[in-house]
Amino acid sequence: MTSVTSDKGSRAGAVVLAVAGWALKFVAVVLVIATFNFILVHASPGDPAQVIAGQSGASDEKLLEQLRAEYGLDKPYPVQLATYLGRVLTLDLGYSYRQQRTVSSLILDRLPATLLLTATAFILALFSGIVLGTLAGVRAGRWSDTLLTILSLLLYATPVFWLGLMLVLLFSVQLDWLPAFGYATIGVPQTALQRMVDIGTHMVLPVISLAAVYLAIYTRLMRSSVLDVTHQDFIKTAKAKGLKQGAIIIRHILRNAMLPIVTVAGMQAGALVGGAVVIETVFAWPGLGRLIYDALLQRDYPVLLGVFLVMSVIVIALNLLTDAIYRMIDPRVSVRAAS
Amino acid sequence: MNLTSRCKKKDDRQALLRLVIVSVNEEEIMNRREFAKLMGVSAAALSGIPLGLTRAAGATKGGTLNTIIQPEPPILVTALNQQQPTLTLGGKIYESLLRYSPDLKPMPGLAQSWEVSPDGLTYTFKLFPNITFHDGKPLTSEDVVFSMTKMLVETHARARAIYSRIAKSETPDRLTVVFTLKAPFAPFLTALDCTTGPIVPKHIYDGSDYRKNPANAQAIGSGPFKLKEWVKGSHVHLVRHDGYYRKDEPYLDEVIYRIIPDAASRSLALEQGKIQLTQWNDIEFYDVARLSKLPNYEVTTKGYEYFAPHQWLELNNRVKPMDDKRFRQAIAHALDLKSMAARVYFGMPKIATGPVSSKTKFYEPDVKRYGYSVEKAKALLDDMGLKPGPDGKRVTLKYLIPPYGEVYQRAGEFIRQSLGRAGIDIQLETTDVGGWADQFSNWDYEMTGNLVYQYGRLFEEAASTIDEAKRQEFYSKVQKILVEDVPVIWMFEAAYPTFIDKRLKNVTSTGVGIHESFSSVYFG
Repeated sequence: MTSVTSDKGSRAGAVVLAVAGWALKFVAVVLVIATFNFILVHASPGDPAQVIAGQSGASDEKLLEQLRAEYGLDKPYPVQLATYLGRVLTLDLGYSYRQQRTVSSLILDRLPATLLLTATAFILALFSGIVLGTLAGVRAGRWSDTLLTILSLLLYATPVFWLGLMLVLLFSVQLDWLPAFGYATIGVPQTALQRMVDIGTHMVLPVISLAAVYLAIYTRLMRSSVLDVTHQDFIKTAKAKGLKQGAIIIRHILRNAMLPIVTVAGMQAGALVGGAVVIETVFAWPGLGRLIYDALLQRDYPVLLGVFLVMSVIVIALNLLTDAIYRMIDPRVSVRAAS
Repeated sequence: MNLTSRCKKKDDRQALLRLVIVSVNEEEIMNRREFAKLMGVSAAALSGIPLGLTRAAGATKGGTLNTIIQPEPPILVTALNQQQPTLTLGGKIYESLLRYSPDLKPMPGLAQSWEVSPDGLTYTFKLFPNITFHDGKPLTSEDVVFSMTKMLVETHARARAIYSRIAKSETPDRLTVVFTLKAPFAPFLTALDCTTGPIVPKHIYDGSDYRKNPANAQAIGSGPFKLKEWVKGSHVHLVRHDGYYRKDEPYLDEVIYRIIPDAASRSLALEQGKIQLTQWNDIEFYDVARLSKLPNYEVTTKGYEYFAPHQWLELNNRVKPMDDKRFRQAIAHALDLKSMAARVYFGMPKIATGPVSSKTKFYEPDVKRYGYSVEKAKALLDDMGLKPGPDGKRVTLKYLIPPYGEVYQRAGEFIRQSLGRAGIDIQLETTDVGGWADQFSNWDYEMTGNLVYQYGRLFEEAASTIDEAKRQEFYSKVQKILVEDVPVIWMFEAAYPTFIDKRLKNVTSTGVGIHESFSSVYFG
């Protein structure tokens, strides 16, 4: 008995230690990333004042000076960096003079649209990928496997913008079933339900386009992973025990075959936050990806730094989540080992 | 300083061409558009006969105009930001004293009539009665004086170059403004359009930090449309300003500007009939021929007269051998502009003969014409001692492709091939908008493309006299000297396809075209 309690105690202690360690690493990593972001962003040629002046038809030195003073670009880099890091520590993302808004409000405006799009596409891709991949895996070599393999390879090789445009051509221009761009109908009063349906129909094409590539990846990955596991000894044992095929697949094969998928999905989930620039552009979807892209072109430093920071925090958080899921699926991965 | 001594140093000359400043680039293709205004665009008849907009008899009221804004503007206050999308949208929200006909004659804007004193110094404007801002407060002569002599000279570089010439401004009553200039400046009357002189509410901006004023988000103007909603990244929704001062106007209920960043998606939106109007290069040149066949749209290149955008091949005269006139002339001969207009721009632009657009008043057609001739180009290069090497190349230069879309890439490829025939080897370089602005303004390039709206400083001399004949004489002289010297290659008078739904009327009724207020636009 005693040995068990002390075991529990040390386990709890380990968890506390691990969490504290994570928190410390988290802050350190964020600060390092923030510094790198700052250096990278300022190392790019040109500055926001030049971009604005250049696009204003006519400008003069006075305008450049005004803009640089307003943006705080007239101060030396170390001072700018120190101010910025100080802000990061107080969770203040700064102010975009270009857009006359706080960076946090700009990000919060765009984040829901992006998450709605990418999370839906991600979940869709992940689930269908796992199902299709498993199907292909257990039927390896048969015609249905060949068909799935060909389809997923095709999807994987298709440029996402082209797929998007083709879907629009077919479903919007030719058939006129679905809206081609935007996130909702503008200027028409709607009830909450109508609005949901409206946004839902606007989502169909971008979600499918975005999910397609990931779907292909997960299908391929799941198939090979399932194949791998199927030939292991414990599956033979399960069969020998007289378990039904379905039970073997769900309880034994899937659970073990999932690990590589979780690893890859964890990495890609981070990319989904900002990685939908192309789809957002093709479908005029008002998301975060385009905010970053525009900010980059306009050298809107506060917005760029703010988005980078938020994204890195999300990626770090998702990595932690992936670790946690690992532990759920595979008890052999312990807190100690992870920390 | 007289013109010839000014032109002695090549660098200065090129710097002058760059004009009021410099980092011109072109989202630009788009964004400099408004350059012309400065002064290139001629003075207008000084006798201000109020013309009045041609008002369509029986214009239908109501309707929603869906169109495109691209790229998304950062803010909508045209007094604070003069990038092209801001001006396109802001023209509906902010009005100015005058509007301009397609032949650039002044027409009533907020001012219903105006008078110029014989000495060209004093300008008197009478405002329409009952003009209100979107917040319901009246617009008076005080607002005009505040906008033009206090705020715009502080925040608007192009306006500063013009309105800082105002020595004295008076407001004898609520509807009368009298400006007295420091010296005669003939183009003054042509620089009162909505992109140069937007009138802002004094009660909101006076005494505040203009750029940080919280009211900037509301964009309170006196134009026919007011801001209802701006969902960043998606659309800007304008609705009619019920207190508008012109009877029955605006005819439209709503204008929705959708932000569609992808060129192919914009073309699809047009094909689908989701939008009723496009402007500038919303539609890429290579799509124009195909989309022109759509039955429900009219395509026009009108409505850009006020801007008269001119497309240049910039040659950095600080880099050898482009400091040699013969080399620049050789390029002028070697470039097959006719084919370029046909192949790259699908026949839309007109070939430019010199620095001044033929659409503007002081255009001089009698200048040296180069014409396409590889032989002449080779002869000039031989004369310079630039003989072809064993690989046929005489010299290698870098061309920085302006980062404003596919067509610039194609133009660069054409220039490389065309000049290659004369032994001038061109290497293409790419960059992004910020990089281009940086390299261009620091003279850190060899060749690049450019789009300019005419120029200014060189012409101030002529601008300060109000004698039309003397001005023409001066402008003609300048044009002849410049064309002989070719500091840059003037390629085209750029043209833009405006797709207009056939039901939509009055869109390009003025020289300011799609930047105009749209108060008289209606669905027929």
